[in-house]
Amino acid sequence: MTGGTIHTHKPVNWLAEVPEYQGILSWLTSIDHKQLGILYILSAFGFLVVGALMGLTIRLQLMFPMSHVVSQEVYNQIFTMHGTTMVFFVGMPLLFGFAVYLTPLMIGARDMAFPRLNSFGYWVYLFGAIMLFFSFLSGGAPAAGWFAYPPLSEKGYLFNNGQNYWALSLFVTGIGSVATGVNLIVTILTMRAPGMTLKRVPLFVWMILMDGFLVVFSLPALNAALVMILFDRTLNTKFFDATVGGSPLLWQHFFWFFGHPEVYILILPGWGAISEVIPVFSRKLLFGAGVMAASTVAITFLSFGVWVHHMFAAGLGFAPLYIFAVTSLLIAVPTGIKVWSWLATMWGGKLRFTVAMLHAMAFLIQFTIGGLSGVAFAVIPLDWQLTDSYFVVAHFHYVLVGGMLFSLISGVYYWYPKVTGRMMSETLGKWQFWLMVFGFNGTFFVMHILGVLGMPRRVWTYPLGMPGWAELNFFSSCWSFVLVASMLLFLYNLVWSFYHGKIAGPNPWNAWTLEWLADSPPIGENFERVPVVRSRRPLWDLQFGSGGDGEHHA
Amino acid sequence: MHNQSVAPIAKHPLDSNMTMNRNVMGMLLFIGSESMFFLLLILAYVNFHSQYGTGEMAAWHLDVTKTGLFSIALFASSFTLWLSEKAHEKHSGMAIFWMILTIVLGAIFICGQALEYSELISEKLTISRDLFGSTFFTLTGFHGFHVIVGLILLSVALWIMVRGKQGELTEAGLTCVSLYWHFVDVVWVAVFSVVYLWRFVS
Repeated sequence: MTGGTIHTHKPVNWLAEVPEYQGILSWLTSIDHKQLGILYILSAFGFLVVGALMGLTIRLQLMFPMSHVVSQEVYNQIFTMHGTTMVFFVGMPLLFGFAVYLTPLMIGARDMAFPRLNSFGYWVYLFGAIMLFFSFLSGGAPAAGWFAYPPLSEKGYLFNNGQNYWALSLFVTGIGSVATGVNLIVTILTMRAPGMTLKRVPLFVWMILMDGFLVVFSLPALNAALVMILFDRTLNTKFFDATVGGSPLLWQHFFWFFGHPEVYILILPGWGAISEVIPVFSRKLLFGAGVMAASTVAITFLSFGVWVHHMFAAGLGFAPLYIFAVTSLLIAVPTGIKVWSWLATMWGGKLRFTVAMLHAMAFLIQFTIGGLSGVAFAVIPLDWQLTDSYFVVAHFHYVLVGGMLFSLISGVYYWYPKVTGRMMSETLGKWQFWLMVFGFNGTFFVMHILGVLGMPRRVWTYPLGMPGWAELNFFSSCWSFVLVASMLLFLYNLVWSFYHGKIAGPNPWNAWTLEWLADSPPIGENFERVPVVRSRRPLWDLQFGSGGDGEHHA
Repeated sequence: MHNQSVAPIAKHPLDSNMTMNRNVMGMLLFIGSESMFFLLLILAYVNFHSQYGTGEMAAWHLDVTKTGLFSIALFASSFTLWLSEKAHEKHSGMAIFWMILTIVLGAIFICGQALEYSELISEKLTISRDLFGSTFFTLTGFHGFHVIVGLILLSVALWIMVRGKQGELTEAGLTCVSLYWHFVDVVWVAVFSVVYLWRFVS
């Protein structure tokens, strides 16, 4: 990195040809943020397939009334593992993969602040995840749902080791998450390129910064709760044992004190991706970038003060209900501001309907539906009617699949050329997009109706003759095959494009943030030189001399 | 758009806008995270202490004087560590002396805790006896674990001081270790106040 005139690398324009990445050992021992980012994302997609197949099993079981595809016991294990896998082994590594790959590139840094800690975070996650799947061999997987309420999760009710594996595995991955969260914050705060003030970081980086704080301060709450349930089960402590004065309610408080910030941990990087994709494919600056950043800060703080809305039916008395109903309504305001900002960015822009942009637009609609059904729970009478019903299932799948997954797949289409050096197939992508839109909405939209009709979540089966249940469940199950097919098509596109995609070059989308200055794929230490950053769009400045913050229109 | 050649040559990004040493910043964030962890363990103790009679009765059973004396050793170790840091800044050999004293004081505290545990357990007050046992041993046990981790970190620092060349133990490195140790100390201030001193208030 001296002078910049000496090319230490032969120009490489395909990931498979990068000399440092040859051989499996270079991946197993890597502390390079780009390799670790790729490993995170590939692991997440691996577990996505596993989690999706478990979801498909659930849909098969519910396809017809009174059916017996799997036993009740296995069914409980499957929906527990489906939820746990999707949140902790798909959602978290996917967002960490994006974060550790992109953050250093977007701020013009060589690597993360602590490259070894970065590697530690990944391997701890992978082994933690594999450990949980070992529970299948140890007599049974956990079966108390992804939030594992006592007394069901106590050993008096679930005797096998599955629940112990669950607590231990999440504890281990939780430590890795905190390490990565610390790493991301320190990277963003101390390693930005010259001139890149915090006001000039890309919105994606800003969201990752807030995400880091959420991880660092909410994961320990889960870890404390996990320690207590693990001790209850192995050392005979009494934390959640109501028969001797312990409090199952305490678990609910502790779990959701983590659990609600977790929701925002999962969605913030998706918002960050959308905030890069929409401006680039609208050929406009992000509308109200400052407000967007500020509303993210507001959400970060507020998300620690809304957890009780998960417990409105627990009988806490009216005062906490009113307080947390108000905070839950309040947190919808900054979220709504974001949706308007994205819409206003598109307004009057020169829209390019690439597959990345299509996913971003579907995100906007689906996330808004998920947000509206979510804020409905802040209305206490509605909450009492709908809690623990399929309406809840519909709601969080709209947020996590319709929101998070769509936005990060949009991010995959957008950044794939940077990562691999090749473009993803737009034809396959369009097929995948439309299959996924129909598959997703077909599977989950009717669940709103099922919930209103009174179908409780997590039931193994249901009797004949319930009004509409059989038809709606059959409808949902049919579309779930399309949804899974679309995901497989997406993975196929990843592989196909890796070998057959068009060579991309450094900046195929004509985008403006620093990662597009690096080679595709970025090699070695990412940049030969980093320019002094003078606006939010450093590449615009390089091309036109100035105007990156939009003072000149083009 | 690949016009890196026209980009003004900048300082290396690693050298720019470094407001705080990043190791120190990382340690501070980690401590923030750990604080949440202990906060919840303390909250669990408080929750059960006030809700049911057994907690208050059992807390009367603890030997405040003895644990108080061992606590003074821990509090004093923060002071000696500060002296060690000051000496290290001045490249004085006293840094090693104060560091050894810090480790000894920390070890005394851990021995005191082991003693207390064995006495309680011999009186059949165990982690599985009741809610007091559960919350008390989980909270103080995790604190004790953190003290042990701190002792390991201090020993590594000492080892580098003794064996290493001048300046090999960086100021930031020592700051990180000492921040962690002070944190462990501060947690004990909170735990000691809540668990041992509460009875004098109510």
